Amino acid sequence: MTTYTARANRRNNWYGYLFISPMMLGFLCFLAGPIIYAFALSFTDYSLLHPASFVGLDNYVQLVGKDPLFWKTVGNTLYFSAGLIPLNLILALSLALLLNQKLPGTGLFRTAIFTPVVTSIVVWAIVWKYVFATDAGLLNQILGYFGMQGPAWLYDTALVMPVVIVVSVLKKVGMNMVIFLAALQDVPKMYYEAATIDGASKWRQFQSITLPMIAPSIFLTLIITLIGSLKVFSQIIVMTEGGPGTSTYVLVYYIYQLAYKVFDIGYASAVAFVLFFLVLVLTLVQWKFRKRWVHHEQ
Amino acid sequence: MSNKLQKNASSAVRFMLLAIVAAIILTPFYWMITTSLKNETKVFQFPMQLLPSPIEWENYAKVFTEQPQFLLHYWNSLYIAVLVTVGTCAVAALAGYAFAKIPFKLRNVWFLVLLSGMMIPSEVTTIPSFLWFSKLSLVDTHFPLIIPPMLGAGGIFGVFLLRQFFITIPNDLDEAAEIDGCSRWQILLKIMIPLATPVFATLSIFTFLNSWEDFLDPLIFISSSEKFTLPIAMKLFTDTAGTAWHLLMAASVMATLPLLLVFFVAQKKFIDGIATTGLK
Repeated sequence: MTTYTARANRRNNWYGYLFISPMMLGFLCFLAGPIIYAFALSFTDYSLLHPASFVGLDNYVQLVGKDPLFWKTVGNTLYFSAGLIPLNLILALSLALLLNQKLPGTGLFRTAIFTPVVTSIVVWAIVWKYVFATDAGLLNQILGYFGMQGPAWLYDTALVMPVVIVVSVLKKVGMNMVIFLAALQDVPKMYYEAATIDGASKWRQFQSITLPMIAPSIFLTLIITLIGSLKVFSQIIVMTEGGPGTSTYVLVYYIYQLAYKVFDIGYASAVAFVLFFLVLVLTLVQWKFRKRWVHHEQ
Repeated sequence: MSNKLQKNASSAVRFMLLAIVAAIILTPFYWMITTSLKNETKVFQFPMQLLPSPIEWENYAKVFTEQPQFLLHYWNSLYIAVLVTVGTCAVAALAGYAFAKIPFKLRNVWFLVLLSGMMIPSEVTTIPSFLWFSKLSLVDTHFPLIIPPMLGAGGIFGVFLLRQFFITIPNDLDEAAEIDGCSRWQILLKIMIPLATPVFATLSIFTFLNSWEDFLDPLIFISSSEKFTLPIAMKLFTDTAGTAWHLLMAASVMATLPLLLVFFVAQKKFIDGIATTGLK
């Protein structure tokens, strides 16, 4: 019996490690290895012109103390996140609440609002850039019909970020809407029936039943949307290229500029590590909250 | 009676709100399609044409004559996305099954280690990867667009989804198969994978979309125009003379259409899949 168990264990170990080996190898070569290397690079002065030399914390000191563009970049990224998240979540939740009641055309609306999620972000950004174009753009032409002179949306330092935020919200709001819709449909109907008998108003029911019941979904989408917003890049490079001036410089765009345009690899790695640190903290918060993701055993 | 009226009125208001949001979201598609069919001289006409007249179907043919490599770029995007999707499903199925069903040593430790990779943004690892890939002469090849997404964070997401699914399958099922003399491979191929079809569908659409719309990686790793993928090929429609909007929009329609068609055909299953595969 023991030999049988020993053999079974050996076989289990062999198949277990065999089956996870491609992913573990990938983890080593494409995630763990590069992140350690990036961390090391962030302590070097390294460009294409000269080999890497160790400079200690110089890059980080420079970043924090002597680089106004870095702080501008952090500020822009936070501005983007702060604008995107409430808009995205409130719109997604409102749409989910509207769709959760059986109205004619519900399926059609759901499909329409989800469509941008399966549209390439580059195409999405290109078309919106054209919609917001100053002279030939659809929006300013429509404004023109009403005798209004539309602004230069993408060339105005005050307007450009809100425009990018709206375009980004419309791209992804369908995803969060579907997640909320699924959560709403899981709330037991009897809670509402009981509340109605007790005379609770619709708003009161929303506050006391709906919100607490779907809170885990709200938290999850909040964190996922927040992490995604810190990594915004494609719509920025397509629509604004960081401009006008530096008014839409965001973290990934700055990393891209530093690493592949200026070839300041050490410094770019330091900025990249700031991004990694932010994402790390947020992910840990999320994991702590969703323990069952990891400890979900039979 | 007034109660019913009130109810109808509130339904109408809700319907209107949904219609407005849907209209705003569909506007770019309307603008993209109508512009793609406009005569070059009508693109900037004021007041604008709401519907193209005459309808220039030739714009679509012109995309291929003005950009002779467009078909090649299309093919590059397509084969890369298909490979990444198939590969991700395969490696994720193997690892997801092992983590759910094979009691090997340190299983949960390895699972946690792998999951930790999900918090490493690819935006951060591109710099070291670029240095390594250039040493291995893999820059300006499609390798960095195929293998790292498959075995990196995208693959881990797949492992996670499939593990969560396989765990819900009763152990009796694979134990019975083992007693009947099925090997681990046979159990995986003949029992587990067919059961997980809905999970693979969701994972496939996400993986395909991520690869299809990936912009940063091709921008960094690809420099020869014959190796471009569609997202970076779009810039070729802009030159010093300006942007050929009618052609760019025709190219955009062609770049968007396959995914939209797949989505429209399978949309109910797909949206339900998102709702049930642990994403909520």
